[in-house]
Amino acid sequence: MSYHVNEKGYYGEFGGAFIPEMLYPNTEELRQNYLSIMEEPSFKEEFQQLLRDYVGRPTPLYFAERMSERYKTKIYLKREDLNHTGAHKVNNTVGQILMAKKLGKNRIIAETGAGQHGVATATVCALMGIECVVYMGEVDIARQAPNVARMKMLGAEVRPALSGSRTLKDATNEAIRDWINNPVDTHYIIGSVVGPHPYPDMVARFQSVISEEIKTQLLEKEGRENPDYVVACVGGGSNAAGAYYHFLDNPEVGIIAVEAAGKGIDTGESAATSALGKVGIIHGSKTLLMQTPDGQITEPYSISAGLDYPGVGPLHAHLFRSGRGEFISITDDEAMTAGLTLCQMEGIIPAIESSHAFAILEQRKFNPTDVVVMNLSGRGDKDLQNYIDYFKL
Amino acid sequence: MIKNRINQKLKEDKKLLSIYFTAGYPKLTDTVKIIEDLEKNGVDMIEIGLPFSDPLADGPTIQDSSTHALNNGMNTDLLFEQLQNIRETVSIPLVMMGYFNPVFQYGVEAFCKKCQEIGIDGIILPDLPLDVYQDEYEQTFKKYGLINVFLITPQTSDERIRMIDKVSEGFIYMVSSASTTGAKTGFGNEQQTYFERIAELDLKNPQIVGFGISNKATFDQATKNAKGAIIGSAFIKHLTQHGTEKIDGFVRGIR
Ligand SMILES: Cc1ncc(COP(=O)(O)O)c(C=O)c1O
Repeated sequence: MSYHVNEKGYYGEFGGAFIPEMLYPNTEELRQNYLSIMEEPSFKEEFQQLLRDYVGRPTPLYFAERMSERYKTKIYLKREDLNHTGAHKVNNTVGQILMAKKLGKNRIIAETGAGQHGVATATVCALMGIECVVYMGEVDIARQAPNVARMKMLGAEVRPALSGSRTLKDATNEAIRDWINNPVDTHYIIGSVVGPHPYPDMVARFQSVISEEIKTQLLEKEGRENPDYVVACVGGGSNAAGAYYHFLDNPEVGIIAVEAAGKGIDTGESAATSALGKVGIIHGSKTLLMQTPDGQITEPYSISAGLDYPGVGPLHAHLFRSGRGEFISITDDEAMTAGLTLCQMEGIIPAIESSHAFAILEQRKFNPTDVVVMNLSGRGDKDLQNYIDYFKL
Repeated sequence: MIKNRINQKLKEDKKLLSIYFTAGYPKLTDTVKIIEDLEKNGVDMIEIGLPFSDPLADGPTIQDSSTHALNNGMNTDLLFEQLQNIRETVSIPLVMMGYFNPVFQYGVEAFCKKCQEIGIDGIILPDLPLDVYQDEYEQTFKKYGLINVFLITPQTSDERIRMIDKVSEGFIYMVSSASTTGAKTGFGNEQQTYFERIAELDLKNPQIVGFGISNKATFDQATKNAKGAIIGSAFIKHLTQHGTEKIDGFVRGIR
């Protein structure tokens, strides 16, 4: 079985490009060009140079000794939190801004949930001197205030999404509508492995630097390229896709995807798509999707804005359906507690999204000799107010 | 060639006025009354909007009407129930318009079958792409005598328009400009050039222009070259202001 996209844009039964005709020319232009542009030596060189000198890659693969002792297994942290702007999101935005330039676009739009992707997009737009508009749900604007300020300082215009649940899903709708209205000069930098083909594949390729580095770093530290497990949180699934990418076809590497259960899977306030979703169409992609029996997309809930999405990238739907990936869902409370544990055991304050991944260590047992790589997708600065409120600090 | 009310209507020697409304708006039970009144006042064809939670191709007016309709309790089963006897009173072509996900959940075949039972003539699903339709659903639509209507936009290449023309069996929905739905006050030179460019392609299917038609001026301009035009947001705004009253006045204002 293949875990990579086929020529029609599908991962198994998932993916495709379910878009209105208005978006056909844009996505078709991208589809026809993205692979050849990514292969161009000038593109590769600029991408790698920016990742190195601007983003600060490679990010360390850090052996977490105290955590390893506590959970009785070998735990490595892939430090995506140390990237410029504080999360993995920038790997993708650096790639896509270069892509946009190659395609001759002079205006960028993006959606954002936690604000990390918005900040990463605003950052590369500032770097390149390109106009930037970021759509963000009104609810998220309130709960991620520091990132809103960052985007503004970086020169981006932040437009509130006022429809629906006013979170990530609605911000994505607004960005897509903007693209329909500006089909010629604008490139849409999607922030995860979601959306119509070729976005899921393109974003996964830009993020695949994570697993590429894990391989060389693990070889140095453990004398082998492949860990026994790679663990990542999944909102849309981009940090996970990047962390899994070079291990997908190697069945010896266990893949663990961690979703947000919110207040609990059965509470009606959850974002655990693999548990609660059915096959459907969201944002141009056929994937697992939380919806009513009638096909209306339902409002997800998670304490973490970055995981608060009713769908999941088509790659992950395929990993779930095919059994290649092990899916675990983690509640708000479990995630917050795990975040604090990481702070106090390793001196690292994680993003609440990433805290979800760490929470599985309390329930999923590993062998003492297992090498478990945890993708630490982002740092917790943006979540300080949430941590303060939650722990009454 | 599928023979149904749409093809008959397209043969009539006049410019066609088509109206879109969102089922379940402004009130849950307005559906049948709106359809009957539109026909009574000389409207040629009606698009019945099946509301969706995330209408990507729609501007604020239709978004709001969809949200209201869903909050009112509209759903696919209920809409079919309301339309059960519509052919006892209405004879103009009726087209279902919506997004693919609700149809996919209902089951495409079950949806088409139900449409045929009721007397629906066509379906417009903007986010069901041409290739998926051809690969997976064309046979089903045809089996139940339904015309699938495709969209083209000012950015659609001539080559793709010809492909769409080949697959289409009724009319082509010509989106007036690169935009989401919403009423405009007038069309500029750019639209005029586009309207003429499409007319010159001499397609096998007649074209009906939609998006941005709001009044007599835009209707006349759009139908100078095209066979007809569709009014959506402007009619929804009328419903917001007047409920189901004064539909006669609205239609008379257009022609
Ligand atoms: C730190 C961090 N991790 C994870 C995510 C979830 O996104 P994805 O699943 O695409 O990695 C986000 C999204 O905003 C994030 O900021």
